[in-house]
Amino acid sequence: MSASKQEAATAYWKENLRWMLILLVIWFVVSFGFGVLLVDQLNAIQFFGFPLGFWFAQQGSIYVFVLEIFFYVWKMNQLDRKYDVHEE
Amino acid sequence: MDTQTLIYLFVGASFALYIGIAIWTRAGSTSEYYVASKGVHPVLNGMATGADWMSAASFISMAGIIAFAGYDGSVYLMGWTGGYVLLAMCLAPYLRKFGKFTVPEFVGARYYSQTARVVAVICVIFISFTYVAGQMRGVGIVFSRYLEVDINTGVMIGMAIVFFYSVLGGMKGITYTQVAQYCVMIFAYMVPAIFISMMVTGNPIPQLGFGSEVSGTGQSVLERLNGLGAELGFTPYTDGSKSTTDIFFITMALMVGTAGLPHVIVRFFTTPTVRDARKSAGYALLFIAVLYTTAPAVAAFARTNLLTSVPNTSYEAVPAWFKTWENAGLIAWMDKNSDGVIQYGPGAAFAGKPEFTAERGASGERLLKNAPTPTTTEVYVDNDIMVLANPEIAGLPGWVIALIAAGGLAAALSTAAGLLLVISTSISHDLLKSNLMPNISEKKELLAARVAAGVAVVVAGLFGIYPPAFVAQVVAFAFGLAAASFFPVIVMGIFSKKMNKEGAIAGMLVGLIFTFSYIVYYKFINPTAGPNEWWFGISPEGIGTLGMIFNFIAAVVVSKFTAAPPEHIQHLVEDIRVPRGAGAAIDH
Repeated sequence: MSASKQEAATAYWKENLRWMLILLVIWFVVSFGFGVLLVDQLNAIQFFGFPLGFWFAQQGSIYVFVLEIFFYVWKMNQLDRKYDVHEE
Repeated sequence: MDTQTLIYLFVGASFALYIGIAIWTRAGSTSEYYVASKGVHPVLNGMATGADWMSAASFISMAGIIAFAGYDGSVYLMGWTGGYVLLAMCLAPYLRKFGKFTVPEFVGARYYSQTARVVAVICVIFISFTYVAGQMRGVGIVFSRYLEVDINTGVMIGMAIVFFYSVLGGMKGITYTQVAQYCVMIFAYMVPAIFISMMVTGNPIPQLGFGSEVSGTGQSVLERLNGLGAELGFTPYTDGSKSTTDIFFITMALMVGTAGLPHVIVRFFTTPTVRDARKSAGYALLFIAVLYTTAPAVAAFARTNLLTSVPNTSYEAVPAWFKTWENAGLIAWMDKNSDGVIQYGPGAAFAGKPEFTAERGASGERLLKNAPTPTTTEVYVDNDIMVLANPEIAGLPGWVIALIAAGGLAAALSTAAGLLLVISTSISHDLLKSNLMPNISEKKELLAARVAAGVAVVVAGLFGIYPPAFVAQVVAFAFGLAAASFFPVIVMGIFSKKMNKEGAIAGMLVGLIFTFSYIVYYKFINPTAGPNEWWFGISPEGIGTLGMIFNFIAAVVVSKFTAAPPEHIQHLVEDIRVPRGAGAAIDH
């Protein structure tokens, strides 16, 4: 790997880690946050016929997981090109 | 046509389809056998992963477990889906870039150590056999329930089918068969769910019906469940009875365990590119989410039906399905106060699973040998009933029942085949080729893989016919051990250049030994111990989370005091972090 390529790879990795961290925080908040730790507080709120905390634990967190992965796929495809590390 | 003929027809047609696919896609090389030549389209790989992942337990038992556990059942819903986020972002793309065949192969190469690879192989075999034993039993149970053969004959038919297509087709055959199995399974799950949702709420989409009003009551499904439950003395459906700590640890152990299960990880070795590996994790979760967001709705509807039609009804007036499934042995009623009326409330009606005598009681119910408990409740309802009895409860025609039979078999067979392949690959590739007989030719290695798959099928079948008494308890093992061993080792292998052989081996051993001992102690040596005796109130199901944390700590501490990994390993790590060049890694 040449020096400039090495630099690009390092920058790519840093940005990848940043997005990963953001998405993992969301992953944690919707499941362990809303669905487990804060479930009693959120259950006081009604959401389309569900207590909100219960909805996150049995429905909402799963929808967010799916969206997160597709967002990650899209973001990474963008980063692959931005740093010129995509597959030919 | 009567229902029984339809069942033979549907199950027979689905089997013919699987075998046809197996012949059409049979494997000719080790690359085809191990990873389907890395040529599987991400959408198809997503479906195959979904079928691989969703077992007989997901298909048949999960909705029932949730129906009885209410909020506590959320641990399975979040735990068995959230792991895919970890897979997509922390493991799949990098392992695909690494570009070999098995998980132990990665562990061995990244930690430049045959010892690490052998430890990994032992974990793979242990985890996969634990899991497959339950699947073969599931195949037998579905067969016996629907095809009127006994469980052992059912297990043997299942063995023959799995043997045929996994031995012949390897990963390639399995993948395309699983695509078909996913379609059968999801169709079979959704049709009754949609009808039940319409029946209870008038809304055809179960996920929305779940939050709607129960027709003619003015109450939402969950309000009604909480209300009906409260009258009978149950804790509210939307609250749990487990501690928050325990819910947290179990959910985490299931998530991390999912991401660490070898038969799931290996699916991401089969895509053509790194991009596709990421994408197929997304599709996998999407396809899994269809069933996993429907299951809690089915659970709530089924529970509502149960609570409105059974408690305080006289046995004569109870709906027909109650008696049908009583005859099948999945429902039992013990008229403790001899009033001819069914009392239902919290707790167990009698000790253990029902054991029927040949006689009938005063109301015509099947009499039981079991010792009654002091509670007033008189009813035993098996978890599986919630999915199996749904078509009858909703008054659906015979072909829907036939569909459920084909779906349940698809779920059990697809998971069993995926697990058997992982076992055979570990033996032929990681033990034979890399350790014992390094000069073996590709043809011979392929033959060895097939022989290993054959032996594994037979062993799994024996587990199905003579189930060890602890099958139900060992599921905690599979997830706990995967969480405490593979996940940390692989993640550190990718995200830390400094993690070395000593750290990884120490971490794996600490995680494994701790988790193993805790589960053995609280499941087998002292099984009556409750939350007060558990460490921090963490049940054996959730202890894998703590094992994982110990693994990370041990690995980091040990690696600080030992030599850094050699130069070429640090380059390897840099290389797997970028997608470019993944195509070149296929043939070596």
